[in-house]
Amino acid sequence: MEQAVKKQLQVTACKIRMGIIEGVHAAKSGHPGGSLSIADVLTYLYFKEMNIDPANPKKADRDRMILSKGHTAPGLYSALANRGYFPVEDLLTLRKLDSYLEGHPDMKHTPGVDMSSGSLGQGISVATGVALGAKLDGDAYRVYSILGDGELEEGQVWEAAMFAGHKKLDTLCVIIDNNNLQIDGCLDEVCSPYPIAEKFQAFNWYTIEIDGHDFDQIEAAFAQARQNKGKPTAIIMTTTKGKGVSFMEDKASWHGAAPNDEQYEIAMSELKAALAALEA
Amino acid sequence: MAEIKKQATRESYGEALAEIGAKYDNLIVLDADLSGATKTGTFKKQYPERFFNCGIAEQNLIGVATGLTLAGKLVFCSSFAMFAAGRAFEQVRNAVGYPHNNVKIAATHAGLSVGEDGATHQCNEDIALMRTIPGMTILNPADPVEAKECVRAAAEFEGPVYLRFGRMAVEPIFDENYKMEIGKGVTLQDGSDVTIVATGLMVGMALTAAEQLKAEGISARVINIHTIKPLDADLIIKAAKETGAIVTAEEHSIIGGLGGAVTECLAETCPVPVLRVGVEDKFGTSAPAMEVLKAYGLTPENIAEKAKKAIALK
Repeated sequence: MEQAVKKQLQVTACKIRMGIIEGVHAAKSGHPGGSLSIADVLTYLYFKEMNIDPANPKKADRDRMILSKGHTAPGLYSALANRGYFPVEDLLTLRKLDSYLEGHPDMKHTPGVDMSSGSLGQGISVATGVALGAKLDGDAYRVYSILGDGELEEGQVWEAAMFAGHKKLDTLCVIIDNNNLQIDGCLDEVCSPYPIAEKFQAFNWYTIEIDGHDFDQIEAAFAQARQNKGKPTAIIMTTTKGKGVSFMEDKASWHGAAPNDEQYEIAMSELKAALAALEA
Repeated sequence: MAEIKKQATRESYGEALAEIGAKYDNLIVLDADLSGATKTGTFKKQYPERFFNCGIAEQNLIGVATGLTLAGKLVFCSSFAMFAAGRAFEQVRNAVGYPHNNVKIAATHAGLSVGEDGATHQCNEDIALMRTIPGMTILNPADPVEAKECVRAAAEFEGPVYLRFGRMAVEPIFDENYKMEIGKGVTLQDGSDVTIVATGLMVGMALTAAEQLKAEGISARVINIHTIKPLDADLIIKAAKETGAIVTAEEHSIIGGLGGAVTECLAETCPVPVLRVGVEDKFGTSAPAMEVLKAYGLTPENIAEKAKKAIALK
C-alpha cells in the first residue's frame, strides 16, 4: 500500500475513534472497547473496500455490511458519519430519545445500516441469506459481516457457517474481531472458542489470519477474499480491545462502559495527539 | 363444483405454495429438514431451484429467510410450530419482527393434534409468543380452503406473517369461492344468546356445538377468527354487545392465545362473561390426535357446556 494512502486511512481511523469516544461519552453508556478494536477494519471497508454511495444508501448493487456484533454500533455509526451518510455532529445524539442512532444498529432509521442487529449470532445468518439471494440472482455484490470472537460461542454462528460452507457462498466474507476479551473476561477463561481458523476450515471456509490494525495486511486479506472461489472466507484478525486509548487497551472492563469527563479528556487528547502526529 | 376433500391444513399449505410459485418468480421456500411433514416438499417437487433446506437449524433458518428477504425475495420458511415459534422465537423477534422484514413463517404441527409424538412436539404456546411481537400478523386457518387463502393473503401482504397449520386432516367448512381478508373475522352463523369465537380446527367443533345448543333452544352465534392478530375487535365487541356472553375455542393454551386476545379486548371495551376453551395450562400427551383433543376438553360438548355457563354468568 502506498504510504500516502495508508496515512490517509490511519487519519480516518483516528477520526472514527474520536467519534466513538464522543458518542459514548455523550450517551454516558455504550460499548467503546470493541468499537475501537474494529475501527481500522471499518475504515478500510467503508473508505476503500466496499462499493457504496452515501448519497444513495440503498442502491441495489451496493456491497452489504451486517454488523453481527451489533453492540459496537458506535464504531459503525462513526464510520458511516465520517463517510458522509449523516452529520458527524449527530454522533452526540447516540442512545438519546428521538435520535436515529439506537443503542444497537437499526436498519429502519439509520442511513447505511443494512440490517438491525445486536442479538449475537444472528447477523452472520442474515448475511448468509443475503449472499444466497445475490447468488440466485447472479448479482456480483459482496456481503460482509463483522463478528466478535466471544460471539463465536453462539450456536447460531455455526449453523450459519455450516449452511454458507455447504452452499459455497463465496461472495460472503466474515471478519472475526479477535481481541480475546468478552464481558466476563478472557475468552479462554470464560468458554474458549479456540481454535477459530480450524473451526471455520472444518465448516468448509477459507480462512485468513491477520493483524487487524495493520492496513497492509487488511488490504491483502480483502484482496485475497475477493479471489477466493467456491467457499466463503473468514478473516480472523488479531486486535486490541480499546485500541488507541491507552487506559482502555486490553481491558474487558471497557467492553460496555463510557468514559467520565476526566477520562474523556484524556482519551480525546491522546487521539488528537495521534492525529496531529499523522498529519504532521 | 369440484368436491373439496378433507385434509390437513399443512397439505393445503404445500399445494398453495406450488400454486403461487408461477405468480411469484421471486418466491423462495426454506425448510429445516421437515419438508415431507410440513409439505413444503410439494413446492420443492415443482420448483427445486427455489427450495432450500437449511438442515436441522431453525435459528439459522429464520436468519437466512431474513437475508433472502433483504435481497428482494418473497420467502416462506417452515418448520414445526414448536421450533419455528419456540426455539427460534428470539430470531423471529429481532431479525424479522423488530425490523418488520417481509418474512412468512409457516409453522405446521401446531397444537395437540400432533397426537402420538406427544408433549415435546405439541406446541400450545406459539400464538401467545407471536402475539407479543409488535407488528406481527398471525393467521390460523380453519379448513383446507381457508389454509390456501391464508397463503395467498400472506404472499400479497407486505410485512411479517406467522401462519399456523395443523397435522390432522380436517373437514372442509368453506367452498372454493371463499375469500378471506386479513384482519376480518367471519360470522358463520348468527345467534343471539351467546357467541362462540373460534379459530383453527376448533371452528368446525364450534359449529357442531352451536347445533347442540340449538337443540336445547339456545341461539349461538359462531365467529371464525382466522386472523388472531390484528384481532377483528369491532366484530368481537359487536358480538359481546348483542349476545352478552362469549366462549372462545382454540387448540392452544388458554393463556395468551385467542382466549387471551378476546378477553383483553373485551375487558377494556365491553366487559361480558368470557369463558375459554383451550389447553388449560398443561403440557400435552401422546395418543391419537382425536383422543388427545377429547382428553383436554377440546370438544363440541365442552364448548356447549361453557356456552351455557357463560350465559348463566350474564
